[in-house]
Amino acid sequence: MAPDRPNPDELLAVLKAEESQSKKGKLKVFFGYAAGVGKTYAMLETARHAKESGREVVIGYVEPHGRKETEALLDGLESLPTRPVEYRGVVLQEFDVDAALARHPDVLLVDELAHTNADGSRHAKRWQDIVDLLDAGINVWTTLNVQHIESLNDVIGQITGITVRETVPDNVFELADDLELVDIAPEELLERLREGKVYVPSQAERALESFFQKSNLTALRELSLRQTARRVHTEVESARRQRSANVPWATSDRLLVCVGPSPTTARVIRTARQMAAALDAPWVAVCVEKTGIATDPAAKQRVVDHLRLAERLGAETVTLTGNDVAETILDFARTLNVTKIFVGKTHAPRWRRVLWKSVVEDLLDTSGEIDVYVIQGQEERRQAEPVPRAARHIQWRDSLAAGGVVVAGSLLAAWLHDLHVAEANIVMIFLAAVAFVAFRFGRIPAIQASVASVLIFDLFFVPPQFSLTVHDTQYLFTFAVMLAIGILISTLTARLQTQLESGRQRERRTIALYRLGKQLGGLTGDIFLLGAAGQHVREMVGGEVAIYLKGDGGNLVVMFGEDTSITKHALSGPTAHWVMTHDQMAGKGTDTLPSAIALFFPLGGSQGPLGAMGVRTEGTDWLLHPEHRQWLESCASQLALALERDRMTVAVGDARVKAEAEQVRSTLLSSVSHDLKTPLAAIAGASGSLLQSDSPTEETRRELLETISDEANRLNRLLENILQISRLDSGAVTPNKQWHLLEDIVGSALHRTRDALEQHSVTVQIAPVIPMICVDGLLLEQALVNLLENAARHTPAGTRIEIKSTLDGASLVISVADDGPGLVSGSEEKIFDRYYRGTPGADSGRGSGLGLAICRAIVKLHGGTITAATRPDRGAEFVIRLPLGDTLPPMSVAHLTSSTG
Amino acid sequence: MADNDHRVLLIEDEEPIRRFLRAALAAKGYRVAEAATGEEGLRLAADQPPDLVILDLGLPGIDGQDVLRRLREWFRGPVLVLSARDQEQQKIEALDGGADDYVTKPFGVGELLARMRTALRHASPQAAEASVLSVGEIRIDLATRVVSRAGEPVHLTPLEYKLLVLLMQNAGKVLTHRFLLREVWGPHDTHETHYLRVFVATLRRKIERDPAQPRYLLTEQGVGYRFAAE
Repeated sequence: MAPDRPNPDELLAVLKAEESQSKKGKLKVFFGYAAGVGKTYAMLETARHAKESGREVVIGYVEPHGRKETEALLDGLESLPTRPVEYRGVVLQEFDVDAALARHPDVLLVDELAHTNADGSRHAKRWQDIVDLLDAGINVWTTLNVQHIESLNDVIGQITGITVRETVPDNVFELADDLELVDIAPEELLERLREGKVYVPSQAERALESFFQKSNLTALRELSLRQTARRVHTEVESARRQRSANVPWATSDRLLVCVGPSPTTARVIRTARQMAAALDAPWVAVCVEKTGIATDPAAKQRVVDHLRLAERLGAETVTLTGNDVAETILDFARTLNVTKIFVGKTHAPRWRRVLWKSVVEDLLDTSGEIDVYVIQGQEERRQAEPVPRAARHIQWRDSLAAGGVVVAGSLLAAWLHDLHVAEANIVMIFLAAVAFVAFRFGRIPAIQASVASVLIFDLFFVPPQFSLTVHDTQYLFTFAVMLAIGILISTLTARLQTQLESGRQRERRTIALYRLGKQLGGLTGDIFLLGAAGQHVREMVGGEVAIYLKGDGGNLVVMFGEDTSITKHALSGPTAHWVMTHDQMAGKGTDTLPSAIALFFPLGGSQGPLGAMGVRTEGTDWLLHPEHRQWLESCASQLALALERDRMTVAVGDARVKAEAEQVRSTLLSSVSHDLKTPLAAIAGASGSLLQSDSPTEETRRELLETISDEANRLNRLLENILQISRLDSGAVTPNKQWHLLEDIVGSALHRTRDALEQHSVTVQIAPVIPMICVDGLLLEQALVNLLENAARHTPAGTRIEIKSTLDGASLVISVADDGPGLVSGSEEKIFDRYYRGTPGADSGRGSGLGLAICRAIVKLHGGTITAATRPDRGAEFVIRLPLGDTLPPMSVAHLTSSTG
Repeated sequence: MADNDHRVLLIEDEEPIRRFLRAALAAKGYRVAEAATGEEGLRLAADQPPDLVILDLGLPGIDGQDVLRRLREWFRGPVLVLSARDQEQQKIEALDGGADDYVTKPFGVGELLARMRTALRHASPQAAEASVLSVGEIRIDLATRVVSRAGEPVHLTPLEYKLLVLLMQNAGKVLTHRFLLREVWGPHDTHETHYLRVFVATLRRKIERDPAQPRYLLTEQGVGYRFAAE
């Protein structure tokens, strides 16, 4: 392991620290047109002033290039230690982003925004480090030369003849809240160069010599001034728009750039990006997958590279399939309301352009209201990529097979020739052979077969035989037709096959995505959602998938794919964390944490990040394809949405339960406070009068004492009921079920209510067929007590109360009936509500309003029902129905007869 | 009153309860010693053994059950426990742990005094030696094993007879399911409470005039049975 490999734990700690800083830092860029204009100097000078005025300024990294003036400015400013990195035997000093995040100063100076980090750093580019710093809430000051801006890269390359490899994406440049132009006249710069005040690395001396031409410098200066001016303009515009919303905002432009395998496409993309930025318009890069082109892996790779370039420059990328490129692009453009299309100039030979119209011409002919910009492309040098061996091998085999077919055709032709079949028909045999080869083996073998057929036909069948001379010019026509048909059929077949294949793949992915969505829609619970989504993606990708979710403490927890190589890799956790906090892809095949073994996608919900999904495939090629990435991103966002929906449902449910509980609590409070205060007032009053009056009559004394006793009992009943209903409500009561005899429970209930029922006559009828019942004796007794007390309270003295119990199928029916005044019509259901009081007459104050609610809760706990009704003749009847289980208590004869005592 | 020479130890942390009990018991001639904690109660009991202890189960510091356990290591006199209504399990634990009876808070003074009288009566040695048990209309002649209700003989099976004798010997006192099962069926069947319920039901049919509204054999729901004292 390389010593400079970041330690995952440290990384994680730093990432967490970053997360806590929600406020973004500000970026200030000291912008110049060439090395030596004094950007670093200006930055340091500003830093000194800032420090003097009390700001906390720390130097993250400054390259003084051995200049004394610059070094002098470094004095007295705090510098972070650099990180030594060994690169090809040389120890380089690199900016330490982790140290900077840990130090977390107000302002951090980091020179050279466009710098490329050494291998093993957190990010490939310094600007990515700076984006992290800004996210962590640190203000960053940096320096940048105009030629490092991505979209200006090729323009400057054209001007100066030097292509700069280190570029900064335009949107990063636009992140700058503050742009400070550092400008000196080119003459002065050249003067400084001569005096040796400009640092020039020795190996680049000659190149720089041609770079530091006055003409070059003037052009670069103009570009830098124009960039600055454009920014100022944009700021003015946005300020103007903020002030008045009604000012017409002219452009509603949308740009489309056509992406192809042609090396010139890169420039077209950059031009489109410049235009999009100037118009402040969204833009989309479109590639059309077409026959022939798509089969060439090198070309395909170039298309992918171009799409990624467009993505980096801020475009939305789309891959379309279609036969006719122009038509496909225009259809898409119209659905998107595109106003401008950018396309590269084609470099086809003149004869070809006469025969076939180019895509550009097609576009121009049919674009209608859409503007088409044709851009002169410029080829970018690139290394020739070796054609994979396997492909070449297959072509050889195809050619051999094609040869076989031609030979077979020739033999058949020879036989027919011997039979004196007309030459026209013999040509047909060869034509058939060529057509078959074209259909079966593709274009190259078809061309080879055509040539071979023509040669054989000429040599053996056209007089003079065994000679390539052709007397009759008609045969030339035959050759041409044969060749043309071969090429035509092979092209058509190839096109058909590629189209079919890409269509099939796309359809597969679309269906998979649809299925995923449908599946996730029907599931609840993190585990199930993650399981379904993870398995789905794994099946489609054919690799490994791991899903991380943010836990309660903010830590990432592996929720899917615990035993994959992804989760076992040390960098996976930190990468997933970075992805989640930044809501961006990272990992293998990207510029951020590229040493991770998987590519990670954020699970970004609308309320914030939920986690990350890591995907690992055999090779990285599959993952590099923008279309595949988009598909995976769609999967990740579908999963995130499903997770969020699920959590929201739970939250809504919780909220509803809480609201209901709150409602109950407030009803209870208002009711209870009255109910509690009344008896308390009576007790306090009665006892107070007893204490105060010196010699109360015996009658008064007794009356007051009875009041105290009665009210105390009432208070006790009320409190017990409140306690019981809240215990039942909170689910804290689990019935202690045992085998009981109903008459036993009825008996003890009557015993407990004997005082209340003194004035009533009670009859009990329990059918002898009733078996033992498995209930909580105490609770059922309580239910009966409440019913009996209720009856006693709401009926006049002397009323008869009947307790009856019968069997009804598999239910036990217990009824408590009286022949009192009955229920108020319409209140049969409401009386079981809490704090509902049946008769609002004189007696109403005596109950707690909870007795029947407790009854219902107890009966419910036993799986039964309770109802109330007014009897047809007279009085009220309460009916409890309890389900009887199908088991009976175990009974052994021995127990019933014998005794050990 | 005959009770008036009995010494009662009251272990209860709530001052208002102590206050009214002190007044009520003193009015009946009991001599009352009071303790606000379990430790103090145990010390007082050791200093001067009382005739009866009233023990609150919900004490601060060492809990009522522990006080009972430590008291029972040497103290043979009756112990009455005070408990709240919903603490059936605690009541059973206390009764099985040696308490003689319980009173549920809030309680009337009359009820408490009745329980105290019963407990003190059972504690006196002459009670156990009576050869005839009688409560109301029910009468058992232990010598002849004859049970009668209002002079009419009642026929009982041996198990029913054993159960009834046990209940009547402890008339006025609650007996837990566990205790009854152990005494009637032996130490192995203390969980099969439904047998006990069946026997109590048949016994009631034989001795009660209205088994659904029993006068003598009362159910203490969730705890056990009590034979009415008088």
